[in-house]
Parts: sequence; C-alpha cells; structure tokens
Amino acid sequence: MFRRLHEPTPSVTLTIDGTAVLAAPGETVAAVLLRTPPFHARTTMLSGARRAPYCMMGVCFDCLAVVDGERSVQTCLTLVRDGMTVERQGKEQGRDLEAMA
Amino acid sequence: MSGTSDLAIIGAGPAGLAAAVRARSLGLAVTLLDEQPAPGGQIWRAIEARMAAVSDLRHGDDAAGLALVRAFRASGATYLPGRQVWQVEPGFSVYASTGGKSEKLQARAILLATGAQERPVPFPGWTLPGVMTVGAAQILLKTSGQVPDTPVLIAGTGPLILLYACQLLDAGGQIAGILDTAPRENRAAALRYAPRALANYRDLVRGLGWLRRIRAAGIPVVRNVRRLAANGTDALESVRYETASGAQKTISAQLLLVHEGVIPSIHMPLAFGCAYRWQEDQRCFAPIVDEWGESSVAALSIAGDGAGIGGAAAASLKGEIAAVGAAQKLGKIDSATVAATAAPLRARLRRALATRPLLDALYRPRQEVLTPDDDTIVCRCEEVSAGQIRAAASVGIVGPNQIKAFTRSGMGPCQGRQCGHAVSAILGETSGATMDAIGFYRLRSPLKPVTLGELAALDTPEIDILA
Repeated sequence: MFRRLHEPTPSVTLTIDGTAVLAAPGETVAAVLLRTPPFHARTTMLSGARRAPYCMMGVCFDCLAVVDGERSVQTCLTLVRDGMTVERQGKEQGRDLEAMA
Repeated sequence: MSGTSDLAIIGAGPAGLAAAVRARSLGLAVTLLDEQPAPGGQIWRAIEARMAAVSDLRHGDDAAGLALVRAFRASGATYLPGRQVWQVEPGFSVYASTGGKSEKLQARAILLATGAQERPVPFPGWTLPGVMTVGAAQILLKTSGQVPDTPVLIAGTGPLILLYACQLLDAGGQIAGILDTAPRENRAAALRYAPRALANYRDLVRGLGWLRRIRAAGIPVVRNVRRLAANGTDALESVRYETASGAQKTISAQLLLVHEGVIPSIHMPLAFGCAYRWQEDQRCFAPIVDEWGESSVAALSIAGDGAGIGGAAAASLKGEIAAVGAAQKLGKIDSATVAATAAPLRARLRRALATRPLLDALYRPRQEVLTPDDDTIVCRCEEVSAGQIRAAASVGIVGPNQIKAFTRSGMGPCQGRQCGHAVSAILGETSGATMDAIGFYRLRSPLKPVTLGELAALDTPEIDILA
C-alpha cells in the first residue's frame, strides 16, 4: 500500500505476526503495518471486517494491534523499538477493549 | 506552590508551543503535556527529525515551525511528551496516561491546545483497508518518508489536498487523479469574501501555486463529484462516484485518500463542561471562548484550531493571546503590559484570519458528508449505519445520547470522534431541530481508554512538575 522513499538506516527490527521487518527509529508501528502485506491492523469485534490505520493521529482507533503482548495498542501513537513483537489483532483479542474503563 | 504549575498546556502544536513560550516570558511556571513523542503538533509533526534528515522531507512552513519548537525547547517550560490526558478536574488536576501508567498534576490555569482532527467523511466502504485520510498519508510522509506504492486516487475538498498533492509529487509519488467534491455553488458563494482575503495575499499566492503545480503535472481532476463509494472484500478494489451529469463511474484503485477539511477536537472541552455551539460557516461544533480564549469554565482557555479552524499562523497567535490572558488572570502582569502585549498580536491575528471566510466558503463540505445515505456506516467502532440511526430517530429517539444507548453508536473506543457530527446532523435532518438544540454526545472521562489496573495504581504521590 505504501513504500518508504529511503531504506531505513539506521534500522531496528520488529516482527509482525512472526515475520521480521526493518523499520527506522522514530517511525510508528502503524506506518510499518501500512507497508507490510496484508496491511491491516485488526479485525472488528462485531463483523470480523479488516481495518487498517485510518487517521494516523490517535483519533479513529482503527490501528489497534497487539504490541509486545499488550492488546488494543494504538499503533499510530507507538514508536517502533528493536525486538518489538506486533500481532494483528483478531476478534478474540479485541474483547479486552470492552473491559476498559 | 511546589508541584503546582501556573499554567498547564495540553497539546504541542502551534497554539500550545507559542502559548508556552509567551507564558514563560511573562514569568509563568508552565507544564506542557502532549500525546506525540516530539513537539510540533500535526502540522509540524516530527519537524526536528525531518529537518535533520534528507531534504525531500522539508515542506512549506517548516522553517517557522522549527523556530517555534526551538524557542519552546529553550523556554524553560516543563515538557511531558507521550501523555494522553484523560481527565481534568476543577481546581485544576490533570490526569495523564503514559506507558500504561497514569500521573496527576496540578495547575492554576489550563490551556487546551488540542487542535483539530480531520472531518469524518462517511460513505459506503470508508472502513475498508485502502481508504484513509489525506492527513494520515501526509503524516506517513512526514514521519516515515513513506508514499503510496501505486498511483493514488484522492477525493474530497480543502487546501490540504492541494498541499499534499504537491508534497507527494515533490517526493516522487504518483497521483492517479483527484475527485473534487466541492459543490459547484461554493465558488459563487465564496466570491464575496475574496476582497477581504487580499489582506493575506501571501497565503493566496501560495494556494494558487499549488493549483498551478497540480495542473502542470497533468493530474486528471474531476469536478462536482458526489455519492462516493469504496468497493472491495478485504481491501479496497474500486471506487464508484457520480458526476455532475448524474453519470455513474467506477475506477479500480488500491488506495483512496479522502479529506473534507478539518474540525475542532472538541472532546476535552465538552467533557470538562465548556459551553459550545454549532458554527454553520465551518459546519462543526466549537467551544465558545472570549477574546482571551477563555471558555465558559473560569481559568480554562482554548486556543488554536480547537476553538474554531483558523490555521497554524492564527493558532500560534491565539496561543500567545491566551497566555497573556492567563498571566492577567493569575495576577502576573499589570494592565499596561496586557494592553501593550496583546494589541500587536491581535492585529497580526486579524491578518492571519483574512483568508478564512473565503476558504470556509470555497471548501464547504457537501451535505452528504454530514448526513450520508442509509447504507453508510457512520460509527466505525460499533459498525452502526446511517440507516440504523434514522430508524431509531423515526421511532421518536430525540437526542444523541439516546441514540448512543439505543444503537451503541458512539460507544466504542473512539468515543464518537468519527460518528458524532453525523449522528447529530441526521437527528437534525429527521426532526427539523437545530444543531444547537440537538448538540453533541454527552462526553465523560476517561477521554482515552485507561485500564482499571492503571486507575487503581493512581493512588501515588503527585509527581513534581515544578517548572
């Protein structure tokens, strides 16, 4: 969907659903998701429809994913770190959000 | 008082940064909290990193932004980045979450400089991966040096589309076409504001430059587009639209960027009980503020786009004026200093706002953005359609809060940031009541999702935030 103009140098390595991906320090997890097929971040709790980052500024909550085991993280507000694990969030994992205040 | 700031500013965009610098120069102890990891807000996002990096990431007003960020860094204000403010209590206590932990700070006055969000653009299929906002794509360019990997289709109206198109072309990206959704009547309606706009001719020249650049690049532009729809199964595959003549067109696309202008971020002021009203000229709700930016809640001010859209230059000036107002309120400066400081700021503000009525009229969003067709999802979180809202309204549900209870619209994690305006507008359409009579969802803290564990762990001594 998107591509970087320049290779990330220096770079950090994170995994998305188990696959290693290179990223530049200072960029967000959502930005990496948008250049890593199949591009979406989560599926919805109700219909199971795929959702990708939409607003990139913390407003829409469609970029939620599991980051280092923590569910429903706003990936557009989360910077990449070396060794970070990211998983696209499915229906079951999304349920946690309901328990949030 | 130890641990208490004179002024807590929320938001590190043009208004918040300029307010912090001005407030410090007037002798106030200032703490600034911001959601982002670095100062600049959305317009100057990641500006320090970009200016230090490759030249193709530098844009229009970046020099002004960098100067302001540097002045802020040197101002002596306490800067707390990466903070999501979820509650402000009278007095004032500010609660913010960072890295899964919450902290509480005290301040004598509050300035909300939380800026704007892009106007939600609901149409069938807008929830599909492959549909996102122009602002989001611009943020990807600013923070990741990232461009669409295929020629991109852009739909909507507003100056940001022109600016992003030029930035994308400069960066080597490709644009398949622009579907211009501004209604034909906008141009005639905007004409009468043109003379006043000449007072800020620099902005006009800049805008015309963008239009020329897009024309010179040979990008196809289709005007008077309506009834946009995105089609696809797991992701966007094609875009359908209607032309002025009523013809239905379908084009294949993997990425559609949409934009219909920006609207104030009203969640914080509304949750804190600030009075607000419908602004028909900008087709949005906005908090009511006085000439110092002070809201209906004493010592709580709102500056920048969060109190009505005016752009970055106006936001900086409004931030400075609000800082002067706060200093006056806290008894830090005498009335002679107030007058001498505020007068030149107000003169510059008038000039900065000279183009605004023209832009508001020229890029006024079409009605279907506010009241979309029945088959359009309006609440992205809970997947509630405009048809469901209308059905609920037709059985006598009169207000946004009842709609929320009845349909779950607005009950998801975004707390109505995407559906709120559409729900109120649909209720207006159905009942004939004014937007002011209908109002917006009643908003309550926490303003961002906070875990119960985080709340329970909050019983800790207040952190020292003395500036």
